[in-house]
Amino acid sequence: MDAIILQILNGLDKGSAYALIALGLTLIFGTLGVVNFAHGALFMIGAFCAVTLSRLLTLSHQVLDESRKDFLGNPLKVDVPYVTEWFGETTGAAIIDWAVPLAILFSIPVMILIGVIMERGLIKHFYKRPHADQILVTFGLAIVLQEIIKYFYGANPIPTPAPEVFRGSFDFGVLLGFDPNAVIYPYWRLVYFGFAALIIGGVFAFLQFTTFGMVVRAGMADRETVGLLGINIDKRFTIMFGLAAAVAGLAGVMYAPINSPNYHMGMDFLVLSFVVVVVGGMGSLPGAVLAGFLLGILESFASMNQIKAILPGIDQIIIYLVAIIILLTRPRGLMGRKGVMED
Amino acid sequence: MFGLGKKDLSLFLIVVGLALFAPFLLNPFPTGSSLAQFNAGYPDLMQRFVIFGIFAIGFNLLFGLTGYLSFGHAAFLGMGSYAAVWMFKLLSMNVIPAILLSMVVAGLFAVVIGYVSLRRSGIYFSILTLAFAQMSYNLAYSVLTPITNGETGLQITLNDPRIFGVSATADGGIPVTNLFGLEMRSATTLDIAGWSFSFSAGYYLCAIMMILAFYLAIRIFRSPFGLMLRAIKSNQHRLNYTGLNARPYTLAVFVISGMYAGLAGGLLASMDPLAGPERMQWTASGEVVLMTILGGAGTLIGPVLGAGFIKYFENIFSKINDGVLHSWFAFLPDGIENLVVGLIHPFVGKGWHLTLGLMFMLVVIFLPGGLVEGGQRIGRLMRRRKKPAQDPRKPSPNPAE
Repeated sequence: MDAIILQILNGLDKGSAYALIALGLTLIFGTLGVVNFAHGALFMIGAFCAVTLSRLLTLSHQVLDESRKDFLGNPLKVDVPYVTEWFGETTGAAIIDWAVPLAILFSIPVMILIGVIMERGLIKHFYKRPHADQILVTFGLAIVLQEIIKYFYGANPIPTPAPEVFRGSFDFGVLLGFDPNAVIYPYWRLVYFGFAALIIGGVFAFLQFTTFGMVVRAGMADRETVGLLGINIDKRFTIMFGLAAAVAGLAGVMYAPINSPNYHMGMDFLVLSFVVVVVGGMGSLPGAVLAGFLLGILESFASMNQIKAILPGIDQIIIYLVAIIILLTRPRGLMGRKGVMED
Repeated sequence: MFGLGKKDLSLFLIVVGLALFAPFLLNPFPTGSSLAQFNAGYPDLMQRFVIFGIFAIGFNLLFGLTGYLSFGHAAFLGMGSYAAVWMFKLLSMNVIPAILLSMVVAGLFAVVIGYVSLRRSGIYFSILTLAFAQMSYNLAYSVLTPITNGETGLQITLNDPRIFGVSATADGGIPVTNLFGLEMRSATTLDIAGWSFSFSAGYYLCAIMMILAFYLAIRIFRSPFGLMLRAIKSNQHRLNYTGLNARPYTLAVFVISGMYAGLAGGLLASMDPLAGPERMQWTASGEVVLMTILGGAGTLIGPVLGAGFIKYFENIFSKINDGVLHSWFAFLPDGIENLVVGLIHPFVGKGWHLTLGLMFMLVVIFLPGGLVEGGQRIGRLMRRRKKPAQDPRKPSPNPAE
């Protein structure tokens, strides 16, 4: 029992990442009808927003520390971050420690800007071209973005720790009456799951309860009619593209402490999130979220030793296997709308 | 001749000429000159040109004719390599059985994967092939280690049985791949004035295979079967309404294209007998997509051009470092020299992927027909300048298609 709960928990954080990326992909596909292969790159850029902010915050200059001497008796040079100088010792240290959560604020405008530039500058010209062309040009864009990041940050993963408070693990089992240490779960993954739930809820609430969201939903259902009613739907869809980029970016920011960002992390996630989108049903937002969590949890169950003993290697292929079965038995995916990309 | 039309025949002869004289054509600069690093006429790289040419020709048969975009084609290449290396381990170091088996294995897998994947089309087909390829990759990495030797990759060793060959050579080394005794890595070098040309047996084997593969591709393009495949691309529904089932045709071309990939994999292993799972990763599948699109999907010569182009960039562009750049721009004043070198630096050397990505985007945006279309446009421009009387509305016949 405790093992099952542990696997569900393990699946949740991976599932949250899948769900967030798939949500953004579906937002773009549902509104603009574009298959965006550069979405993984946006996730990666999000993670590098966290890296950038933590580097900016630790920008420092050298000060002579009179109280400490090196072996020759000269005063020691100490690196002092500007932040601690401006805000004082404790506040400054706390700001540096909280770099990743602060990067959320930093990344939202950056990601929206990148998304809008991408849509206006490139993707706009591909609405009327076949899906294959869209896939290819965004694939090329993904390579370019990835290489730019590689040029500035190098090819090695950059560790970006979570704030001190969240670094430990949480004994989840005790709450449910198991032995101590039976179900241990890192705090940050819990935070990640909560954050993902918040973002997903936020996006759905935005679409459901605001006028803007209503217009966007109407545009997803019938773009032409909404346009005929005198609403500038293109502008709103551009903003939705920015929003989708921000969702991917936020998923990346918060993922940085779980997996040290490197330049090809986006590509690794992209393939899986495409599978997630297709399993959930192209163009279905709830489907994307559901499929994200479902596949995340399935993946972590498949990596249990008891299951691997029966079916060796199942943990490596489970997601693809499920995708193949679902695609062949349910042409629209789990929750796909009728008529959207059915063949 | 050869059952080809006049235009096809001249294209075919051009390809034959290019392939056979590649050691000369790719070595235009004398050895030791400052431009010698642009020479691509060394056997290792030339083999890559033609092997990936075969791979791209096969991919183009599927994508160019039917429009089915497979994102998992590298799986067949990887399977072909594994099959070939196993042949070297068990049978003998002769490349013929290895190449044959690699094609058979890739073909069998293509039947299974194609049968399942071709039930869907469009992006779903891409995702299905991607899923199969990633499954093969993940399995080759983990559970199938007894067959694939996992991360290290499959290699030939001294303890292999090799029933019809020898486990070890007389001096105790690992035997090398050969074609009835002709060693694949043997090469003769010809020195003329400052130039040095090397002719390797391995390259010529690959080149002949490529010529055969290219010939077969032309025949398929021009056959009723090829016409049917184009019909599938232009409108599959209409084809179904006329009472034709598209599935057998698509499956047939999927298997053919898988066997091309298997052949390429077998040749890769024949030139260098090792096989690793990274050959099956989806980025490798993406690379063949890049090659085909860059060269021109749906054209005959496009994929070969694209493959050569990308492999040339990968091997030559990536070697240009700051020192080389400085020596080129040494004639400029120091400040400007450093500025120019600094500007070019991100695009060459280790950053060549950036150039590749940018170029690929530009091609997709402005030249959906790839380099071939670019060549045609230039050709048309020249012709119009020569004969201004010609009606510009009448499109000139495509020379490469």
